[in-house]
Amino acid sequence: MVETVFEPWADPNADPLISFKNVTKRFGDFVAIDDLTLDIFEREFFALLGPSGCGKTTMMRILAGFENLTSGSTLLSGHDIAGIPPNKRAVNMMFQTYALFPHLSVWENIAFGLRRDGVAKDVLHARVEEMLKLTRLEKFGRRKPHQISGGQRQRVALARSLAKAPKLLLLDEPLGALDKKLRQETQFELMDIQEQTGTTFVIVTHDQEEAMTVASRVAVMDEGRIIQVATPEKIYEAPNSVYVADFIGDVNILTGPVRAVGADTYSLDFGGSEPMTAASDRSFAEGVTAHLAIRPEKIGIHAERPEGPNSVQGKVLDIAYLGNLSTYHVQLPNGQIIKAQTANTRRVSRRVFTWEDPVWVSWSATAGVLLDR
Amino acid sequence: MRRFLLISVPYLWLLTLFLIPFVIVFKIALSDAALAIPPYMPTMKDGLSAMFSQLDFENFIFLTEDDLYWKAYLSSLKIAFISTVLTLLLGYPIAYAMARAPHEWRATLMMLIILPFWTSFLIRVYAWVGILSTEGLLNRFLFWIGAISEPLMILNTSTAVYIGIVYTYIPFMILPIYAALERLDASLIEAAEDLGCSRMKAFWLITVPLSKGGIIAGCFLVFIPALGEFVIPSLLGGSGTLMIGKVLFEEFFSNRDWPVASAVAVILLIILIIPIILFQRNEQRQQEAER
Amino acid sequence: MNRLSSFNVVSLTFGFAFLYLPMLILVIYSFNKSKLVTVWAGFSTKWYGELLSNEAFLDAAWVTLKVAMISSSIATVLGTMAAYTLVRGGRFFGRTLFSGMIYAPLVMPEVITGLSLLLLFIGIGMDRGVMTIVLAHTTFSMCFVSVVVSSRLATFDRSLEEAALDLGASPFQAFRLITLPIIAPAVVSGWLLAFTLSLDDLVIASFATGPSATTLPMKIWSSVRLGVSPEINALSSILIGLVASGVIIASLISKRNSVRLRLEERTAERL
Repeated sequence: MVETVFEPWADPNADPLISFKNVTKRFGDFVAIDDLTLDIFEREFFALLGPSGCGKTTMMRILAGFENLTSGSTLLSGHDIAGIPPNKRAVNMMFQTYALFPHLSVWENIAFGLRRDGVAKDVLHARVEEMLKLTRLEKFGRRKPHQISGGQRQRVALARSLAKAPKLLLLDEPLGALDKKLRQETQFELMDIQEQTGTTFVIVTHDQEEAMTVASRVAVMDEGRIIQVATPEKIYEAPNSVYVADFIGDVNILTGPVRAVGADTYSLDFGGSEPMTAASDRSFAEGVTAHLAIRPEKIGIHAERPEGPNSVQGKVLDIAYLGNLSTYHVQLPNGQIIKAQTANTRRVSRRVFTWEDPVWVSWSATAGVLLDR
Repeated sequence: MRRFLLISVPYLWLLTLFLIPFVIVFKIALSDAALAIPPYMPTMKDGLSAMFSQLDFENFIFLTEDDLYWKAYLSSLKIAFISTVLTLLLGYPIAYAMARAPHEWRATLMMLIILPFWTSFLIRVYAWVGILSTEGLLNRFLFWIGAISEPLMILNTSTAVYIGIVYTYIPFMILPIYAALERLDASLIEAAEDLGCSRMKAFWLITVPLSKGGIIAGCFLVFIPALGEFVIPSLLGGSGTLMIGKVLFEEFFSNRDWPVASAVAVILLIILIIPIILFQRNEQRQQEAER
Repeated sequence: MNRLSSFNVVSLTFGFAFLYLPMLILVIYSFNKSKLVTVWAGFSTKWYGELLSNEAFLDAAWVTLKVAMISSSIATVLGTMAAYTLVRGGRFFGRTLFSGMIYAPLVMPEVITGLSLLLLFIGIGMDRGVMTIVLAHTTFSMCFVSVVVSSRLATFDRSLEEAALDLGASPFQAFRLITLPIIAPAVVSGWLLAFTLSLDDLVIASFATGPSATTLPMKIWSSVRLGVSPEINALSSILIGLVASGVIIASLISKRNSVRLRLEERTAERL
């Protein structure tokens, strides 16, 4: 049996679980969502990523039914869900603050949604126990929310929102309240649970690392618009704009007019001693301003001028030692600073470069992405 | 030395002017009435041993025999209870609306609730006399809109007492409930709706249980003072409304029967101890929950 | 996002109408020409004139003010001491009894407090008058002051006092220079509360006084027992007006202060 790659978004015949069609949401004069169209498929782990105020939480609250649209429509399995109150939707939400009912025990919190559906007693009991087991909370069923730790509370909130086996689970900054180490562990736990239950997850986060770790696809948002939707690798390696390139990870941007020098190859004059060569699928007119985005780890740093194109001389301004990596900030003669990263693969090694050293930085023609905005 | 002064000055003050007077009330409640000044015996002049040996429960037996007293106690309990329920029914929606109001209004709304508390209690009760009397504004208004053809007798009935108690004590109900509702995280209601509750159901399952502490505090803050209320029944209730505070006042000033008045006070105190202890326990539980 | 539903608007409107209409009516009818309080016979301020020429009322008002000033000031000192003892005093003999005596007067029916104090004054053969009313009022209002101040002390950051001690202040200096200025607003509102309670009190004063001193509430009481009187309406309007303007001025000052504070913080950030 051939294992197929999970990418329903590439299949034109696949039916989306959720589709936003030209959705706009205004609060008074403020446009929270601006004419947004987006499909999310079943079993996806979909991340909405963006700075605060970009509209990602509003999108989630639209799906949960807490906000009405100003215009456009949202479909869940092909049906318009406008006007359906939150309590009648097969969608559950895990709140940023967890919103655990303080007067109910962990067990009763998880059972809350099932009780509203009038589930038979034995079924309810079995389901709650199953959820407790899934989230490794078997021992804590009788405790009240204030008697357990932050990480446990997070799992109660997850169990409670999963108990009704929703078609779609919304997670609003689910790990925001946890410390870094616990957050990393929990990310993998979330992915396991998503896989086990087969539920579609939509997660809202402002933490790009988190989005990249857990998601099958990431939507980068800004000012109520989606800038790019793609898999984490594409978002990182082939951003469609300076905004996305800059939002995800570290990047060097060189800006200047371009000139075609061959098939899919352009030269960019960023104001340095000589123009740089860059390969691009995208075509650019003669003389337009373009931006070359290159990740620091794709830039080499040398004592002598290396062979090949795209070499610039500069001097070391700063060195950031991060343990696994070192980042060198190299200042070019025109004042621009280029970040170059090297992996510290040996435990004991002489540091090659130090402050004020003259160095050469270089990259290949395919190392960067040429962008028009 | 300073610490000793700091503690002992208010301590001694309260011992002398709060605790000892109570001991005296208990003592006189066990004494006999006399045509003398002070109008009871034995007094300290009779010597210490006589003072204690002559004490008895005669006054309490008298209270049980004369049905005026236990009727007054029962009627006080009834009036205080019904007014508390009415105050809750009226106060809860107001507190709820205040907690839902935009942030920038809330301080003003709070001030508007507290403001009447700073104006004279007596005047606030008195304001209703002109409204509720047979020729009063309420009757004239109802007559004018054609709701009644005969003036309603409201003043000097227990209805007027209910109105008076609800009116004067409603801030005590609103404030603790408001405090509880204001602390309530709005996302809890959303979570309940998300898990399948209707608005109404979420209100009963989440909002009400989580404001329980405020409700209980508010009820006691109305019930306890209402039970011993004197001004409201005297001014609005007329001669037909029996309340124990009024009986005590009259027993003391009109009949000058100090031992019986003291016995009435002792029993009122005993009745009050239960709600006061319950109230304290509720407050303690609230404080622990906050921690 | 916080739009009020119509149910909430109705609750607030009815609630505040219920709270304020009776007092508004009282004020309006104080300007009524007729002696019949329920019939409107034209605008007049004659009842205010009569009130101000009524010696008995003016005397009673003077007694009341005197009692309120003295009793609230003593109560503030005692109440603050009691609050400090309760919050910071640690353990001492009879602490439970002490806190019980602080909280009990708050819920005690006035008739009982009044009766017991009267019996004490008679028992020790004290002449009843202004002095005994002051003692009575101080006793119950110090408890209110202590509750107000101790709730502020409980949220007070103790490390401020510790910092003062660390910098060489004696405990008393730390209290006077650090704690007192910070809890001052609570002490002031405690004083205001005590003052108002004393102005307002009818029942306890009736028990505690003798023939020589009559307070304003007692004077009002003896006239309103006979029914509605236009002079009392005028007096009530004056009292309501005083309280309302006092509270409004106080809230304006506190609002201006908080605005100024925010402004100063913002300018400081920019520097």
